[in-house]
Amino acid sequence: MKMNKRGKGRYSAWGLVRKGLRGQAWPRVWEQHELESSYDVVIIGGGGHGLACAYYLATVHGITNVAVLEKGYLGGGGSGRNTAIVRSNYLTPEGVRFYERSMELYRSMAGDLNMNVMFSQRGHLTLAHSDASMRTMHWRAEVNKLMGVDSSVIDAAEVRRLVPMLDIERDKPHPIEGALYHPPGGIMRHDAVVWGYARGAGAAGVHLHQQTEVTDIVVTGGEGPDGKGPGGKVTGVRTNRGDISAPIVVNCTAGWASLVSGLAGLRLPITTTPLQAAVTEPTKVFLPAVIVSGSLHCYISQTDRGELVFGAAVDPVHTYDLRGSLEFTEGLAGHILELMPGVSKMRLMRQWAGLCDMTADYSPVMGFTPIEGHLVDVGWGTYGFKATPSAGEAMAEAVATGRTPDLIAAFDLARFSEDRLVGEKGAASVGH
Amino acid sequence: MLLVPCPNCGPRDAGDFRHSGESISRPDPSSATPAQWREYLFLRNNAADWRVETWYCRACRTWFSTERHTMTNRFRTPPVDVLEQRGES
Repeated sequence: MKMNKRGKGRYSAWGLVRKGLRGQAWPRVWEQHELESSYDVVIIGGGGHGLACAYYLATVHGITNVAVLEKGYLGGGGSGRNTAIVRSNYLTPEGVRFYERSMELYRSMAGDLNMNVMFSQRGHLTLAHSDASMRTMHWRAEVNKLMGVDSSVIDAAEVRRLVPMLDIERDKPHPIEGALYHPPGGIMRHDAVVWGYARGAGAAGVHLHQQTEVTDIVVTGGEGPDGKGPGGKVTGVRTNRGDISAPIVVNCTAGWASLVSGLAGLRLPITTTPLQAAVTEPTKVFLPAVIVSGSLHCYISQTDRGELVFGAAVDPVHTYDLRGSLEFTEGLAGHILELMPGVSKMRLMRQWAGLCDMTADYSPVMGFTPIEGHLVDVGWGTYGFKATPSAGEAMAEAVATGRTPDLIAAFDLARFSEDRLVGEKGAASVGH
Repeated sequence: MLLVPCPNCGPRDAGDFRHSGESISRPDPSSATPAQWREYLFLRNNAADWRVETWYCRACRTWFSTERHTMTNRFRTPPVDVLEQRGES
């Protein structure tokens, strides 16, 4: 973004020192605007995906008359609740290609957005606990290699060499047989990604409206009794702050996706389920890689502050309720201790949950819908954060050109009615 | 903790159950079109509201339906044995 590269709003180490010494306040990062009565594009959902879409619309395609409408605050949903793991070692060629594009954009993000997103490519290990699991890992590794992604299967001794804390004893229910090793995988600061895109989009002229809830999507000519639904055409949205007319409305609301597209009369192939995560007290850094176990339903990484971040599988009940549960904590702790008995004295500081919009094939739903002007970027389940840049880029291209980019052609809504599911067994929370 | 009402066992922890999601009626196999089958397989209302849903109790091996609010997780109507209701038990 040119403005931040030259202008006085540019972040730098020197600026940090100067402001610190002089005790200067930091300027507001993006401007607040009045809600206009019309926009060229309305994006519902001010998380990473919505903001990335707005950012690429404005900076790549020159479409700046764009509003991002957020019910709460920017990055308050899945973007701020995920476990911030980034990788591209998926199983389907469509998935690998898509997430690898995300990795590319993440690698250059700090410079592109002038924001320290703290991307740490520390390596990613997906543990296998059975022969069947090892077979899936080999399958994934071969697909990855074919697609040019650095990924290989390693044995238990090598796992132990990379991460000495892991217990590779065989005398237990889930011994570590080996792992899929993905050196470029890692973690980053998820909030910084949201703030970077918000700052970039705001500087390029996009209006970011927080505390703005969409109460209705106006559709005419559809097959439903109220003129909504497939065959219709979007003309705008109603919000708690006033009505907006817009020919294009993009749904980037993740866990709430069914409710938002439901306002337009569109049913989605999605169920919403919470996924719980937790963080421990900080310790010295001892965990050099991201550890994932599909069979034990947990993933573990250590932040730069030293806290261990734990994520689990999705809860077994569809609900929008974000309360945590003791069963989760007990189950998760048991699984973590099976992998790393050495952390048994660490205390959990917090736990939280985020909503996962799950599809039947563990792949997202992106692009055009049977309602003209209504696009979706939903079904992000347990893999939304790592897809943020490429999803935003591809959705912006779809909005700007009116055509589905090749990169996301396989993930269209029509696949569910045309028997073209993209079974992504490489997704987190899928048992192997 | 989510306590699920089972028609036989009474309220038990959700871990004792399999949650099979919102109750949807199966299309008539003799007349259903492929489009109706796919809708039945994939499309869901996913409402943030009261909804009728199907559960399976692993303890007494009973399929039953009951009504739950998906924002608060409260259950409302007494559970009904699904097979008994259909006259299949």
